[in-house]
Amino acid sequence: MSETAIKPRIEKIPLKEQLAQKLPVLLVPVLAAVGLIAIGNPASWLTLTVAGLAMGMMIFIMASGLTVVFGLMDVINFGHGAFVAVGAFVGFTVLAWLAGWTASPSVFMNLTAVLVAILAAMLVTGLLGLAFERVIVMPVYGEHLKQILVTMGGLIVAQQMIYVVWGPDELHMSRPEALQGSLVIGEAAIEKYRLVAVGIGLALFLGMRHILKNTKIGLLVRAGVENGEMVEALGYRVRRLFLIVFMTGSALAGLGGVMWGLYQETITAHMGSEIMVLVFIVVIIGGLGSVEGCFIGAMLVGLLANYTAFLAPKVALISTIALMVAVLMWRPQGLYPVVKAK
Amino acid sequence: MAENLLTLSGVHTHIGPYHILQGVDLAVPEGGVTVLLGRNGAGKTTTLRTIMGLWTASQGGIRFGDHVITKLSTPEISRRGIALVPEDMGIFTDLTVAENMILAAANGPMDPKRLAWIKELFPPIGNFWNSSAGTLSGGQKQMLSVARAIIEPRRLILIDEPTKGLAPAIIKAMTDALKELKETDTTILLVEQNFAMASSIGDTVAVMDDGRIIHSGRMDELVADVALQEKLMGLSLEAHQ
Ligand SMILES: Nc1ncnc2c1ncn2[C@@H]1O[C@H](COP(=O)(O)OP(=O)(O)OP(=O)(O)O)[C@@H](O)[C@H]1O
Ligand SMILES: [Mg+2]
Repeated sequence: MSETAIKPRIEKIPLKEQLAQKLPVLLVPVLAAVGLIAIGNPASWLTLTVAGLAMGMMIFIMASGLTVVFGLMDVINFGHGAFVAVGAFVGFTVLAWLAGWTASPSVFMNLTAVLVAILAAMLVTGLLGLAFERVIVMPVYGEHLKQILVTMGGLIVAQQMIYVVWGPDELHMSRPEALQGSLVIGEAAIEKYRLVAVGIGLALFLGMRHILKNTKIGLLVRAGVENGEMVEALGYRVRRLFLIVFMTGSALAGLGGVMWGLYQETITAHMGSEIMVLVFIVVIIGGLGSVEGCFIGAMLVGLLANYTAFLAPKVALISTIALMVAVLMWRPQGLYPVVKAK
Repeated sequence: MAENLLTLSGVHTHIGPYHILQGVDLAVPEGGVTVLLGRNGAGKTTTLRTIMGLWTASQGGIRFGDHVITKLSTPEISRRGIALVPEDMGIFTDLTVAENMILAAANGPMDPKRLAWIKELFPPIGNFWNSSAGTLSGGQKQMLSVARAIIEPRRLILIDEPTKGLAPAIIKAMTDALKELKETDTTILLVEQNFAMASSIGDTVAVMDDGRIIHSGRMDELVADVALQEKLMGLSLEAHQ
């Protein structure tokens, strides 16, 4: 075969395309630099940047499941916010049970309490995801309008359930001793909890990337996002894969709920639907189905929201929507468009 | 003639409101190559997709070996030993060549001997092993698609127009590879428009038109019977104009 003599051409990806791959990543430092210039004071800038990254990480945790669910099965889940709220309330209850541990001066006991709360929340929301997928989503595969209506219905039911179990009032969710207060670096005060949130978010992102790139189930998810039929023709049950992804995404939303609750320190039954506005913006900016795009989108939204809240509080929410519009004008499919076979 | 490995009897397939297959009767003898010919839009791809369970037959039955597979899901059909090389090749372009192959070996790690054989059949598979499959040329993608279908031993391989849009040199390489595959006792159902290629490799032939099989028999008989060829191929020529 004559063409086999040709050397692998993989290095020859045109410079322009390589740049196009990297460009979205560069947006984050660029935005941070613009923020520094606009804010002027490095100490305030550092505080806001850490706050923005922390917020971005939490949004990423909540959004990552949603974007893969869409990529894999074209399912639009407007009920995703329910998992956020339920996760927060379960976390609240567990932390209340463990009040002895959260009030203890031992950092270890504090963090263990948070960990137990997170695991409980993820377990409950993961199982809730299982029920949600089987009962609500499965009957409406492939029908977008019905999906929107039915998943919104699921969200309302979940909110009412929260009223029944935890009552209609907003609850105060306090951070354990070790996560209260700030670290002072130079003139900048950085809340400890935000650093923890950045750490958890980053670890999760790297873990997710590792799974998607290096495990068979990760390969199946990526292949399934591109061409689910072909994955089935190779002998894999895409529906079962999807169920696993859906449950994982729900559990991650639960994790995000606990973290968001501890961040805001108040939780309400409709906190999920409020945060979902930002989550959807992030998923759209990133490119529906792309985990990396979702991560970058979340960082951008987190930073921009915090910078504008400081510089011009009145336009804070509008600024993230403006960001989405700008990104879509530049790349109509989002930062990292996902290849689709059909 | 050998036993039939696959038999379609009176298969009807609807896609949405359209009635595409209108009673397909097709027998694929074990161990040889059956070629499915027919003009564009005759229903060849739909036939392969229906066998694979990607469309479900609304009427009629599909028997594979001793079992009826008409209502089975695609993964179940695949696990019984049928592989599909789809018309669009179905390459996962976001994955590397290696990753495409790893997924194709659904029953566990790849057999190194088989992989070595495949790399001999299709040298680009080895040469581009760690490259993104999206960067492959059309011919190389086609090779990867066939390679995926044979990385594990299969009883039946459905191949949809493997020479479509390829240069003559690559068509020859693909034909040689399919001939070698044939020697391994794999049964092949091949959709092919290139009659020269089809007749060089086929043992039996079926011709489709308008969602039905309008002729079936031995390939050598069709090759010898110029009048019949003209009648059947003329039909497909007309349709091309
Ligand atoms: N997804 C679909 N929706 C509607 N009609 C379809 C679909 N797929 C195929 N058809 C129709 O079914 C008929 C048969 O199509 P099919 O792809 O099976 O033909 P084919 O013999 O493979 O043709 P070709 O040689 O062009 O590949 C055509 O009329 C086509 O328009
Ligand atoms: Mg076709």
